[in-house]
Amino acid sequence: MPDLLAIKGLRTGYGPTEILRGVDLTVGDAEIVAVLGSNGTGKSTLNRTISGVLRASHGTIQFQGASITSDTPAKIVARGLIHVPEGRRIFPNLTVRENLDLGAYRRARARRPANRERVFFIFPRLAERHSQLAGSLSGGEQQMLAIGRGLMAEPRLLILDEPSLGLSPLLVEELFALIKSINADGIAVLLVEQNVVQSLELVQRAYILDNGVFVLQGSAEDIRNNPDLKRTFLGM
Amino acid sequence: MLSSVILIPAVLNGLMTGAVYALIALGLTLIYGVLHIINFAHGALLTAAMFAAFFAHQWLGLDPYIAAIGLTPIFFGLGYGLQRFIIGPAAHGEDRNILLVTLGLAVVIENALLYAFRADTRTINLPYAFNVIEVGSAFLAVPRVIAFVVVIAVAIALWLIMRWTDTGKAIRAVAKEKLGAELSGIDVAHIYAVTFGLGTACLAIAACLLLPTYYVNPTAGNAFVLIAFTIVVLGGMGSVTGALIGGLFVGVVESMSGLYLGESLGQIGIFVMFILVLLFRPSGLLGERT
Ligand SMILES: Nc1ncnc2c1ncn2[C@@H]1O[C@H](COP(=O)(O)OP(=O)(O)OP(=O)(O)O)[C@@H](O)[C@H]1O
Ligand SMILES: [Mg+2]
Repeated sequence: MPDLLAIKGLRTGYGPTEILRGVDLTVGDAEIVAVLGSNGTGKSTLNRTISGVLRASHGTIQFQGASITSDTPAKIVARGLIHVPEGRRIFPNLTVRENLDLGAYRRARARRPANRERVFFIFPRLAERHSQLAGSLSGGEQQMLAIGRGLMAEPRLLILDEPSLGLSPLLVEELFALIKSINADGIAVLLVEQNVVQSLELVQRAYILDNGVFVLQGSAEDIRNNPDLKRTFLGM
Repeated sequence: MLSSVILIPAVLNGLMTGAVYALIALGLTLIYGVLHIINFAHGALLTAAMFAAFFAHQWLGLDPYIAAIGLTPIFFGLGYGLQRFIIGPAAHGEDRNILLVTLGLAVVIENALLYAFRADTRTINLPYAFNVIEVGSAFLAVPRVIAFVVVIAVAIALWLIMRWTDTGKAIRAVAKEKLGAELSGIDVAHIYAVTFGLGTACLAIAACLLLPTYYVNPTAGNAFVLIAFTIVVLGGMGSVTGALIGGLFVGVVESMSGLYLGESLGQIGIFVMFILVLLFRPSGLLGERT
C-alpha cells in the first residue's frame, strides 16, 4: 500500500532564494510524524508547498497515491489534506461558529452539524463562545478554533504548524494530549514544531530540518538518543 | 428658520435621493472591503448599465423596473468575468496594478460608449415619471419612492447573503484573512470575482432606478460615483452599514443645502461636509478610530 503522503526531491523557495533544497518525506495511514527544526529553517515553507499555496520548483508530492504537486489549495483541501497554519489564521471578523462552518466549506458539508457538535465536545470552551467574534478569543482559544476548523473538513491528514506557539506549558500538555487522541481516531498527523522534547514524546517518527534539508530522520526514540541532536537542539 | 412644511419634504426627498447614492456606494465599498482596491471602473460600469437600461426600453420596450430583473444577473456575470478573467490575471497580485487595470477599463468603456452613442444626452419618457404620492405635507415623486423601497430591499438581501450563505461567509472571511481562507478550501479568485459581480450588479439596479428621472450620456455615471466615493470615505472604507447610512445622510445634506443655498449649489454641501469630516474624523463617521 502506498504511503498517505509521499514527498520526493522537493525544492521550493521565494523568487531566486531556494529554501527547501531537496527533501523526501512520507507519512503513513494513521501515522503521527513530526518535522522539527529551529527558526527559519523552512518548516512553514514545506507546509505551504504541501498545501498548494506555494509551488514546488522541483520534486513531487503524492497524496493517497495521486500527484497533488500542481493542485490548487482548494483541490488539496477537497482531498482531505488539511493544513492548520502557523499563527492560527482564523477569521477574526466572524463568529466562532461561522469559523467552524467555513472549515466545512469544501468538504464534509453535509455532515457539518454533526461535526460541529463533535468539535464543541472536544473544545467545550468554543461551545461556550460560539457566537463570540473569533478575533476576541484568547491565543489558546484561537488555536483550539484553528484546529477545530481543520477538523470540520474530516481530514485524512492534518498538518499542524507550531500549534504550541505562545501557549502556557500546561496548555501545551493539554494540546499534545488532544493531538494524540485526534490521531488515535485514525487521522494521520504531520506535526511541525520547535518544541523538540515534547514532540518526540508524542510522535512515532520525526525528521529534523536544518537549512533546507533533513539532517536526521528516524523513529522518535532513535532521534531522542542521537548525540548530534542533543548538541544542536538541546544544548547538552 | 424654515418651517417644517418645507423641511420635512426636503428631508424625505433627500433620503430618497440618498438611497440610490447608497446603493452605488454599497458596490464600491463591498469591492474595496474585500479586494482592497478602489474600483475606478465603477462610474463607467454605471454608465454602461444606464445605457443598457435605456436600450432595453428603446428597443425592447421594457420598463426600467422590469429590465432590472434581467440586467442585474447580466451585470453580475459581467463583473464576475471582468474580475476573474481581466482584472485578476492582469494584476499579478499587486494592488497597484489592479488600480491601473480598473482605470484602463474605465477609459475603454467610456470611449466605447462615446464611439457607439456619441456624446448625445438621452432620456426616456414614462407615463408615471411625474406622478406623486402625498405623505403628510410632502409630495414625493413615485420613481423616488420606488427607488427607496428597492434599495432597502437590496440592502436586506445583501445582508442576508453575507450572514447566512456559505458564499457570504467566505466573502467576509477572504476580506480579513486570505491565507486562512485558502487553507479552508475557499477559492479566493472565485470569491473576488463574486464580490466584484455583486458590486457591479448593484450598479445595474441603481441604473434602472435612476433612468426614469435621469438622463444618460457616456459620462453620466461619473457624477454619481464621485458622490459615492465621498460616501464610502464618510461611512468608513469597506463598511457596508456605513455606506448605507452615509448614502442616506449625504442625500439629506444635498437636499438641505439645496434648500438653503439654492438648487444648483446642493452638491457643494456634500463636499464641504466631506472636508469637515476628514478634518475631524479621518477614518469616517462610522469607521474605527485610528
Ligand atoms: N514570503 C516570503 N518571501 C521571502 N522569503 C520568505 C517568505 N516566507 C519565508 N521566507 C524565508 O524563508 C525562510 C524559511 O521560512 P519558514 O517560514 O519556512 O521558516 P520556519 O522553519 O517555519 O521558521 P519558524 O519556526 O520561525 O516559523 C526564512 O529565511 C524566511 O525569511
Ligand atoms: Mg514556521
